[in-house]
Amino acid sequence: MDIPYTTTARPDTGLWNAKIGIWLFLASEVMLFGGLFSAYIFLRLDALPGYWPHGLLNVPVGTMNTAILIASSVTVVLAWAALKMRQFSRYKFYMGITIICGVIFLAVKLLYEWPDKFHHFGAYIRQDRVQKYEQYLGNQYLAERGLEPRYEITGHLHNEAALHDPNIHEYEIQLDQVNADPTNPASDRPHFLPLPKTDKIAHVAKADVQHAEMFVPKHNTFFATYFTVTGLHGLHVLGGVIVFTYFWLPIGANLYKRNPEHLANRVEVAGLFWHFVDLVWIFVFPLFYLL
Amino acid sequence: MDQTPPPAAAPDLVVHEDHGVHTDHDHDVSKHVKKYLIVGGLLIVFTALTVFLSYVDFGNSKANMAVGMLVATFKAGLVAGIFMHLSAERKLIYRILIFTALFVFALFWLTYLHWYDPVVR
Repeated sequence: MDIPYTTTARPDTGLWNAKIGIWLFLASEVMLFGGLFSAYIFLRLDALPGYWPHGLLNVPVGTMNTAILIASSVTVVLAWAALKMRQFSRYKFYMGITIICGVIFLAVKLLYEWPDKFHHFGAYIRQDRVQKYEQYLGNQYLAERGLEPRYEITGHLHNEAALHDPNIHEYEIQLDQVNADPTNPASDRPHFLPLPKTDKIAHVAKADVQHAEMFVPKHNTFFATYFTVTGLHGLHVLGGVIVFTYFWLPIGANLYKRNPEHLANRVEVAGLFWHFVDLVWIFVFPLFYLL
Repeated sequence: MDQTPPPAAAPDLVVHEDHGVHTDHDHDVSKHVKKYLIVGGLLIVFTALTVFLSYVDFGNSKANMAVGMLVATFKAGLVAGIFMHLSAERKLIYRILIFTALFVFALFWLTYLHWYDPVVR
């Protein structure tokens, strides 16, 4: 079956069909991510002072991943341009780089960034017991400087059994810099390079804790939105990689031999989707990693 | 943006996509290649700028947020305008996007309305 207007423009719209199709799809994608971004705004604006964490994500790694995604956006448009110029080997080269970039992005996210969070522990101290942990929270100092209070003690959990065993009554936390030295002005604002954990150990009684767990989605609204948004975004990257791989394999070469313009249009449509995924990340990166 | 139908072309012939401002000859596409590389470089530079500016204290977190979003919007504009060819596109696509923008605006407006919710305020 021959589908009309795959390479020629429809007379009434001036566009070939797939282009309208992808833009309608992207319009629905804008609404999908728009809903999540508005949830982010809602939750962040309504977070009580001290309950929206800062500086918990790895900024250098996030920056690198941003650059990788931007580079892949450039290579996919170059792959399309190569097809337009009928340079098939150049198309294969740029498309190959695009796929590699997408895979690296996903690997960094799934093999490094997420697992790193799943091994980071945080305990929110009950409001009426905050005073007891002043040496780790430094709230008097923060109040003097007009900064938001601190209710969470974070670091590496030494006794992981404490998470499940009701007979263990305290958490043994190897502290992050911010809780080891809470009155250090250097901890007032997040750092670009993540600071190593200190050797200082804090013993936090379970009875004093409002809730405590690894940095999983339920830990707080920040991580709930972070995992939802980056997870959905990651699925989009995965989808893009699959489609690009399909075009890169001999299927693409066969279509090119039959009708090069058809393959160019397919790559353009998939590329539009890829640029949109890049565009979403351009907002995700500062909102979650930096601000 | 004229809506005149493009000349009938055989499927394997190049169709003029960009209102006849430029054609898809090798020469023109290769000129675009340079533009894509420049925009890619700009995006990397602005990513570095976003990171740098986030560590500059603009007085309060709202100001930092505004600066960060301003740079992100500029970057998004470059991606949409150049990589996604929105700087020169057909009228129908703009129409679709105007409606999308209205709906997104309505969505964010609903979020904004919750400030007047008597239950939580």
